Amino acid sequence: MAAVPAVLQSEWTKIRTVSSTLWTLASALIVTVAMGAALSALLKSTFDDLSDVERATFDPTFVSFSGMVLGQLAMVVFGVLVVGTEYSSGMIRTSLAAVPQRATFLFSKVAVAGALALIVGLVTSFLSFFLGQALLGEHRTTIGADNVLRAVVGGGIYMGLIALFSMGVATMLRSSMLSLGILVPFFFLISQILSAVPKAKEVAKYFPDQAGSKIMQVVPDALGSEKAPYGPWGGLGIMLVWVAASLLGGYLVLKRRDA
Amino acid sequence: MIEAVGLTKRYGAKTAVYNLSFQVRPGVVTGFLGPNGSGKSTTMRMILGLDAPTSGRVTIGGHPFRQLPNAPRQVGALLDAKAVHGGRSARNHLLSLAQLAGIPARRVDEVLGVVGLQDVTKRRSKGFSLGMGQRLGIAAALLGDPQVLLFDEPVNGLDPEGILWVRNLMKKLAAEGRTVFVSSHLMSEMALTADHLIVIGRGQLLADMPVKQFISANSADFARVRTPDTEPGQREKLSGVLAEAGGQVLSETDGALRVTGLPLSRISDLAHGADVRLWELSPHQASLEEAYMRLTQGAVDYRSSDDKLAHLQAPPQPGQPGYGLPPQPVVPADVPQQGWYAPPPPGQNPYAAAPQPPAAAPAPPQAPPPSAAPQQSLQKPSDTTEDAR
Repeated sequence: MAAVPAVLQSEWTKIRTVSSTLWTLASALIVTVAMGAALSALLKSTFDDLSDVERATFDPTFVSFSGMVLGQLAMVVFGVLVVGTEYSSGMIRTSLAAVPQRATFLFSKVAVAGALALIVGLVTSFLSFFLGQALLGEHRTTIGADNVLRAVVGGGIYMGLIALFSMGVATMLRSSMLSLGILVPFFFLISQILSAVPKAKEVAKYFPDQAGSKIMQVVPDALGSEKAPYGPWGGLGIMLVWVAASLLGGYLVLKRRDA
Repeated sequence: MIEAVGLTKRYGAKTAVYNLSFQVRPGVVTGFLGPNGSGKSTTMRMILGLDAPTSGRVTIGGHPFRQLPNAPRQVGALLDAKAVHGGRSARNHLLSLAQLAGIPARRVDEVLGVVGLQDVTKRRSKGFSLGMGQRLGIAAALLGDPQVLLFDEPVNGLDPEGILWVRNLMKKLAAEGRTVFVSSHLMSEMALTADHLIVIGRGQLLADMPVKQFISANSADFARVRTPDTEPGQREKLSGVLAEAGGQVLSETDGALRVTGLPLSRISDLAHGADVRLWELSPHQASLEEAYMRLTQGAVDYRSSDDKLAHLQAPPQPGQPGYGLPPQPVVPADVPQQGWYAPPPPGQNPYAAAPQPPAAAPAPPQAPPPSAAPQQSLQKPSDTTEDAR
């Protein structure tokens, strides 16, 4: 029985010794922060052009997180590659020959990669927040205001969960290409489009990214967005259910299929 | 000790391995042979718990692999040389494996030296040649100093020096009392490396016996004797004399005689005594390769056929100069089909007649007495240790 601390240590070695880890996480951070800053600056200069509803529900915290839409894709790539390269390289057979207990193997890997994604996510969300607020000028808010700290920490958790969800999907599909081909269009296009289509948005509300991103809003239904039948924590809860389901599915596939 | 009992694996309708039972004993190199697609790798993966058998079981030291305590310290395996993340350096790859089993980092540098990769430890394995990949895979197998070692096609892609090194490494590991299980489709390589052979074809056991016994059971050394064509009577006369002396005599299509069971000198003496002149008296020895080919020829899944290039060539135009001889009648080969392999002694090999389903396995698994195994390994003393190269 390979001991859990040993497997954790080994997974950490694996993760830190490939360059894809560095560039996916770095681009998640840079893209999110840079795009959030750009949109914050844009909204500051165009604040007066906003509609009354949008002005009434203006949410400076949420605005500074605008970059997440793009930045989360880098997190998806990170999550997919952590698992997918085991399959594409054939390393999975070496790994499972060394750790025959598949639950230990998968959940150690997920724990290490998830913790790393969470840390990077938190750094990203704090950087995005402070830079965005600095650029919003007179429309800014502060970290001490009601619910703001919850939203900023929630932004970090959101990124970590996106990575975990992707790992689960990649474990189920056992292929980087397939997972990316499904997840990237889903998060970047399908989920965004469906959430704007009248009937479909009732369903889209319960998608992991739509539900989870509620945690980043300080003002309910910020910027005139759709009303949701759940609060910020409820939304995060829905996302957690998605993540748990994908990881459980991944585990069952790994356990039952031949490597 | 690896023990398989009734091991069966089906992928949908295709049966990859059927009812395979064998034991791999410590102290000898056990070769695992079979044609492409015969189920060698599937069996290896089942031993390592990567694939779950459809039925039957396989254990290492009495435990199924997945229940082994600290598997990397007990079993080392090379399955696929390229099963490495290409972006990771050789050293980091081994380090991640070492940490799993609580093996100190020092050991990583040690094995890198053992396999001769000490100069490329920091290089990404993406740039490795197949041979370097094999060495890295062997290093991973040796990492935990395990008592049981499995190597799937370890000499693929190695240069002659590397092949020699692997050969000696296997023998050395076995001589240290470890269980060494090496798969290959190269009989000639196994002949030099292994002490014991397990041969499978189409997923079923064809033979399980020491190499020596395998050769003598499956080979057919014979002498070809030719008497003057001009005097047919001499041929009949010699046949009679040889049969009387205890030899088996078969006629070949071109009139030569194929004699088994008598040494050349005795044949010569007998011919002399019978006053028969000989035009040819030549020894023919079956190699292990031939023995193997004949054993497995009924069980080959992927067989190449002649490349008929006729339709690509311009039709011959008879009568024109420069097109060589007119078509010659095809001369039948002197040995009937199955060709280049010496046919077996009559009645010994059911495969000789026609390809049959392996169900009629010619050699029931004959477990040699356990005491025979260590002796075998002692008979192979020629290990020159080139380990620390």
